[in-house]
Amino acid sequence: MVAGGIPVPMGRVARSVDEAVAAVRPLIGESGNPVVVLKAQIHAGGRGKGTFKEHPDVRGVNVITDGIDGGPGAAEEAVRELAKRMLGSTLVTIQTGEEGKRVNRLYVEQGIDIATELYLAVLLDRSASRNIVMASTEGGVEIEKVASETPEKILRSVVDPAIGLAGFQANELAHGLGLEGDVAKNFMRFVKALADTATELDTDLVEINPLVVTADGQVIALDAKFAFDDNALYRHPDIADMRDETEEDSAEVAAKNQGLNYIKLDGTIGCLVNGAGLAMATMDTIKHVGGEPANFLDVGGGATADQVTTGFQIITDDPNVKGIFVNIFGGIMRCDVVASGIVEAISRVGLEVPLVVRLEGTNVERGRQILEESGLEVTNAVSLRDGAEKILELTR
Amino acid sequence: MSILVDKNTKVLVQGLGKTGQFHTDKAIAYGTRMVGAVHPSRAGTGFHFEGETDHSGVAGREDTYSTDLPIYATVSEAVAETGATATVVYVPPPFAADAIMEATAAGIALVVVITEGIPIADMIRTKRYLQGSGTRLVGPNCPGVITPGECKIGIMPGYIHQRGKIGVVSRSGTLTYEAVHQVTQLRLGQTTAVGIGGDPVNGTDFVDVLKMFQADDETEGVVMIGEIGGTAEEEAAEYVKSEMTKPVAGFIAGSTAPPGKRMGHAGAIVSGGKGTALAKIEAMSAAGIVVAETPSDMGEAMVRALG
Repeated sequence: MVAGGIPVPMGRVARSVDEAVAAVRPLIGESGNPVVVLKAQIHAGGRGKGTFKEHPDVRGVNVITDGIDGGPGAAEEAVRELAKRMLGSTLVTIQTGEEGKRVNRLYVEQGIDIATELYLAVLLDRSASRNIVMASTEGGVEIEKVASETPEKILRSVVDPAIGLAGFQANELAHGLGLEGDVAKNFMRFVKALADTATELDTDLVEINPLVVTADGQVIALDAKFAFDDNALYRHPDIADMRDETEEDSAEVAAKNQGLNYIKLDGTIGCLVNGAGLAMATMDTIKHVGGEPANFLDVGGGATADQVTTGFQIITDDPNVKGIFVNIFGGIMRCDVVASGIVEAISRVGLEVPLVVRLEGTNVERGRQILEESGLEVTNAVSLRDGAEKILELTR
Repeated sequence: MSILVDKNTKVLVQGLGKTGQFHTDKAIAYGTRMVGAVHPSRAGTGFHFEGETDHSGVAGREDTYSTDLPIYATVSEAVAETGATATVVYVPPPFAADAIMEATAAGIALVVVITEGIPIADMIRTKRYLQGSGTRLVGPNCPGVITPGECKIGIMPGYIHQRGKIGVVSRSGTLTYEAVHQVTQLRLGQTTAVGIGGDPVNGTDFVDVLKMFQADDETEGVVMIGEIGGTAEEEAAEYVKSEMTKPVAGFIAGSTAPPGKRMGHAGAIVSGGKGTALAKIEAMSAAGIVVAETPSDMGEAMVRALG
């Protein structure tokens, strides 16, 4: 954001309690504000209201005012006590789910004298096939709530990719938010820079909530959430490096590194499918016939036998899996490649649960032949529903 | 009739990597009029394809093919030499947007993009570029377009198709095959099957294709396959309700998908309570579309819709 010319509060990342404490004095010196804010750095929103599993009285964002009366030393001590409890603990917010996320990094930030809190975001509008800027006077609260209760308080402006956000659009937004004078000018500069940054960094979403107007008229991003387009990460290696894989499911990370789309679910029937739509539909069908899918796994359009092997291993590693349903309708994906991958996986890791395979599409005959000649115990299915019913029967 | 492509459609291929070669070979075997490839560094040469045709043994048709597909340096040169009006793009994601724009600039009427994984920002710019041109983009991240027995552009397995009276349109590749297969087994057959792709920004949407099927004499009913994420299915349902006289059957994938997770396709994500399967199924049912309970019932749903 700094590189994009977007004003943010001064602050420092801390990976240890000592680093957090060391950040306090210089921040107070530079900002001239005795207040500091200690934030948990995780990849999820709702931190301000989130609490720690281990310390239910500590929130994900803490404003430390001890410095006002006690000086920097008091602020340091308060930061030390909080940082000890936050680092290594599990923060649960509305966006992390019940399991929460482990906090490995903190952010120590200058205090800010807030006059107004606004909401600002840049996101894809699928119907327009363009990014839109969304702004609201209702900053600091969840935008979903604003959208359902007071939709008239959300302003929208479509960004032309050839132009960026035009000056008049920024002006309209500033006017709509009731901003005037220098504050309006600062906001216009801010929102144009944000729209450009969103495009340059290939974001799916940038959300500034709250965007604050300070007592002296500055417009500053107090909190920001970025979601990046996975497909564009190849041109942003610095952003790709920020990924913290310890915050993600290890099987999902392993799958991703192999170019597979895997999402773990709670059921007992593992599925390996080609194509996202068919993978979803396979889960839907398993559920429809009375089973519960253990995962979503799309091996993609052009998977190699190796990728299929990895996918198969990921499924068999899940202790909840009582049976596996392979559902392939080959287009780009060739049935013989899938069959070879399955045979290879089983020869490497064995197979202790029933396996139902449904093959259709490109090179289907060769695929069926490979499975048959392997001598493996495979139940063949003739359709998706037939396969789902058979695997359910075998796992009962 | 059919929509978008027929036996006269002359097709170019952009991107002759392993996938492009494999499917170009399949397209020729199917009988598609592949007339050239575009590959700057191999321009002036030809690419050899040979094998047994899909219609081998059919009276009056060739049993085998052996052809040198000419390679051109640019799309505009290929168009000038061959009169091609369609192109299929297998170019890798970082270069795919440029390939689409090149085809657009060369005046190609139909650009079918198979490539998966194109950055959204590239597609936003590309759609802006397409505005005002006469070019229709189908995809990206789609299986392609096929008019059975006449022209196969893309990666779908040819043998599951049969010429008939049903139009098929889908966001998902493999679910398109699923629907086509059932429609074939029920002896209804297809006029044309169109995969519009699973990305959030694509060239052709449900409404575009539904309009074409509505206007096509031969199409008697349409199977429409959607999935979670976005509101394209709701918009299609609106169109069906107000404008369409032909029966429509449908299916929505992703009833069991957990919210907030991207289900493979970049476009398939339920966020902020929007884009759920239930909302889409309700909108479609309210528009008179017969919605199949499972993907195995899509053909049956079409039969019921036809009455």
